[in-house]
Amino acid sequence: MTTITTREPAEDHAVGMKKSGGFTASAANYIDERTSISGAVKELGRKIFPDHWSFLLGEVALYSFVIILLSGSFLTFFFQASMAEVVYDGSYAPLKGIPMSAAMSSTMDISFDIRGGLLMRQVHHWAALLFVAAIGLHMLRIYFTGAFRKPRELNWVIGFILFILAMAEGFTGYSLPDDLLSGNGLRIIDGLIKGIPVLGTWVSFLLFGGEFPGNDIVGRLYSLHILLLPAIIVALIAMHLLFVVVHKHTQYPAAGHTNQNVVGYPVLPVYAAKAGGFFFIVFGVVMLIASLFTINPIWNYGPYDPSPVSAGTQPDWYIGFADGAMRLIPTGWEFVLLNHTYSLNILVVLTVVGLFIVTVMMYPFIEAWITGDKREHHVLDRPRNAPTRTAIGAAGVTFYASLWAAASSDIMATHFHLTMEGVIHTLQATTLLGPILAFFIAKRVCLALQKKDREIVLHGYESGRIVRLPGGEFVEVHQPVDEYERWKLVSYSDFKPLMLRPNAQGKIGPAEKVRAGLSRWFFEDRITPVAQSELNRAHGDHPAEITGK
Amino acid sequence: MAKDDNGAEHVTAADSPGAQLATSAASTAVVTRDALVNPGFPPHRPRITDLDHKEERKAERAVFSLFYVSIVGSVFAIAAYMAFPIVAEDPGSVRLNNLFIGLGLSLALLAIGIGAVHWGKALMSDHEGVDERHPVRGTEPVRARAVEIFQQANEESGFGRRTLIRNSLIGALVVFPLPAVVLFRGLGPMDQNPVALLNGTMWKKGIRLTMDPSGTPIKAADVTLGSSFHVIPEGLSEMGHGRLEEKAKAAVLLIRMDPKDLIEEEGRKSWSYDGIVAYSKICTHVGCPVALYEQHTHHLLCPCHQSQFDVENHCKVIFGPAARPLPQLPIAVDAEGYLIAQSDFTEPVGPSFWERA
Repeated sequence: MTTITTREPAEDHAVGMKKSGGFTASAANYIDERTSISGAVKELGRKIFPDHWSFLLGEVALYSFVIILLSGSFLTFFFQASMAEVVYDGSYAPLKGIPMSAAMSSTMDISFDIRGGLLMRQVHHWAALLFVAAIGLHMLRIYFTGAFRKPRELNWVIGFILFILAMAEGFTGYSLPDDLLSGNGLRIIDGLIKGIPVLGTWVSFLLFGGEFPGNDIVGRLYSLHILLLPAIIVALIAMHLLFVVVHKHTQYPAAGHTNQNVVGYPVLPVYAAKAGGFFFIVFGVVMLIASLFTINPIWNYGPYDPSPVSAGTQPDWYIGFADGAMRLIPTGWEFVLLNHTYSLNILVVLTVVGLFIVTVMMYPFIEAWITGDKREHHVLDRPRNAPTRTAIGAAGVTFYASLWAAASSDIMATHFHLTMEGVIHTLQATTLLGPILAFFIAKRVCLALQKKDREIVLHGYESGRIVRLPGGEFVEVHQPVDEYERWKLVSYSDFKPLMLRPNAQGKIGPAEKVRAGLSRWFFEDRITPVAQSELNRAHGDHPAEITGK
Repeated sequence: MAKDDNGAEHVTAADSPGAQLATSAASTAVVTRDALVNPGFPPHRPRITDLDHKEERKAERAVFSLFYVSIVGSVFAIAAYMAFPIVAEDPGSVRLNNLFIGLGLSLALLAIGIGAVHWGKALMSDHEGVDERHPVRGTEPVRARAVEIFQQANEESGFGRRTLIRNSLIGALVVFPLPAVVLFRGLGPMDQNPVALLNGTMWKKGIRLTMDPSGTPIKAADVTLGSSFHVIPEGLSEMGHGRLEEKAKAAVLLIRMDPKDLIEEEGRKSWSYDGIVAYSKICTHVGCPVALYEQHTHHLLCPCHQSQFDVENHCKVIFGPAARPLPQLPIAVDAEGYLIAQSDFTEPVGPSFWERA
């Protein structure tokens, strides 16, 4: 009798659970018993992500990629990746009866004969432009805040490869419609490849399946564009995000933020709502742009033909830096030696642009070698607190911007009524001298900002209140900074230039000498964070400043 | 793991720069014991929706209204699909179709997005959580076990011991992709050699110069002073197969100038006809068509990278990245007064390539 009564409530409880859970509970139970997914929910469901607007840049990149996949899948249902010649017979009257490739003709049909087709094409193109831009800005954020430091160096490399792949996706997609503009783009690629010593002629021949333009290139680029490149990108994005989970997200310096914690909102429910909602906002903005602004109007260009071309041709923005670099080469950089042509006007561009992007990729390892810092870093640097790194970044941005501007040299010349030669010579100068100037300006600005931070920590903000002391002296009352704000200003890592010391054999190797030189270049001018004793002294010296309020 | 309150006092000590550990001998980081101490989290400030019930209700109304607006947007997009059909040969109808489907979808998407974010920011709990970090590297026992597993595998397989097996395997793995590389030779036609193809165009002695794209032959008398013509060889416009490939090499610009303005080399005086000169239109830089002719200066401009060529002076490069002048096509006039080629170009046209000399 007693045993029955004690069991009853337990059974009731179990039944009650079932009732209150209902369908959701039993469905969850069904899935968990087959996938053990409750473990993943436990691990990830309340995972913390810190909040900051600059962390959204990577999200924009991810979401625009999803938009590209969705709109691109729609386009594949209509696009014909064939260079077979057809006579256009669609709704766009000016091109009626003109021979063109099936690729161009089907792109025309998507634009003029399928309802919503033009919209999807424009969503695809705008999202692609946004994708590369968002990756670029995301990389700048990572760079200037030092988020690439240990343990995230490899994730920087993965992200860098994604940036290159995004440009490759952009260029292959740009070439698919086989219109006049994209054909000229391919013509330039063909010319570039032919300029490569030993291999160039054959690589171009194989790529185009014979002589340029051939009948194969669109089909081949299509395979790359919709199969191979997206597959690699998806795999790398998965790795990139997996590393974000493994490392946990970085956070900006703030009171309570430490290298041992991560402060923010849990995935469920806040991040799910904010990040999920943000996907729809990005999608909505791209959709709005696509419904209001034309992009790549191939019907104005017409089908590809090697003979005509229009003035003011421009590549998509992300190829601009490479195209601009080609325009900056002075006349006559080519020579013949032993019956072979060396096209320096092409090789120099490939080498300089190649070295630039490889340096970007290797930067985390270079800086780690110079500092010798083996610690994990999860709290970001404010850019001013790493003056040399920020200055190098500013120099890199200036270099890139000069090359990029050069891609529009003709447009600038016509719009501002300048000579073509003047624009090119100016940009040649900014490409070479601009980075040096940018380096010095950025470094000095960083050091000045650091000094300002020190002032604020030691003496507070200028309040604008002038007080006359009993002795007749006028002083401005300084408002002390509160301890939370102060922490943001003083908590950064500080480095000293490397002191060269002989190793166990009593020698100083050449690598160490180089490292010491670089280290001096990095850390010779430095502003140390305010120490506790300095703060005590400052407050002791100026009692008026803290009691002034 | 996440804690929903901000009371993590123990974090402060761990973060003062003086407590940062594992500064290796090689590191130049400065570690000071005199650093300030992390004050811990500032006090939490409640939102207006936490304090004022009316504001909370307002936010709630805003969120569900936005979700309803989204439904309106989706329905509008479907209606627009039907209400704004594409009418053949009416580009305006395409514009309307694009605009209204797009606006409906934009509204549907933006309203969901803004609604969800507003929900997250104004109504969901705004207490920050804290996760602890652990070093990324595995713990010592885990690492030791990993090493042990590799050693055991090495022992059991003899990978390190049986070097002949191991090295022959590495050799096989290096060689096996080579057939795949060879297969790629098939990307280009087997019976063609690119170098031979690049060295010639379809121009030859007696071929008439015709207009691009119509293919009408050009009489020397029709080429007035100062005019320029885009030219293709006779027969190109009727070609079915390989038309664009031939055109990409054979396109020519025909220009008539005052013979007094032409500065001609001794050996090339016979290549022009009464001030009419013909030059390859394919840029010697990377192959764009050099299609822009400036009549006053007699300069040709390539619109891709702004190389400029001086027609008066055998199309020498006067600005821009191109290195070589545009090749000249020697021309003459046949019995009927039509312009013809004397021969093919005397050098390869277009961009430079390795085998060109």
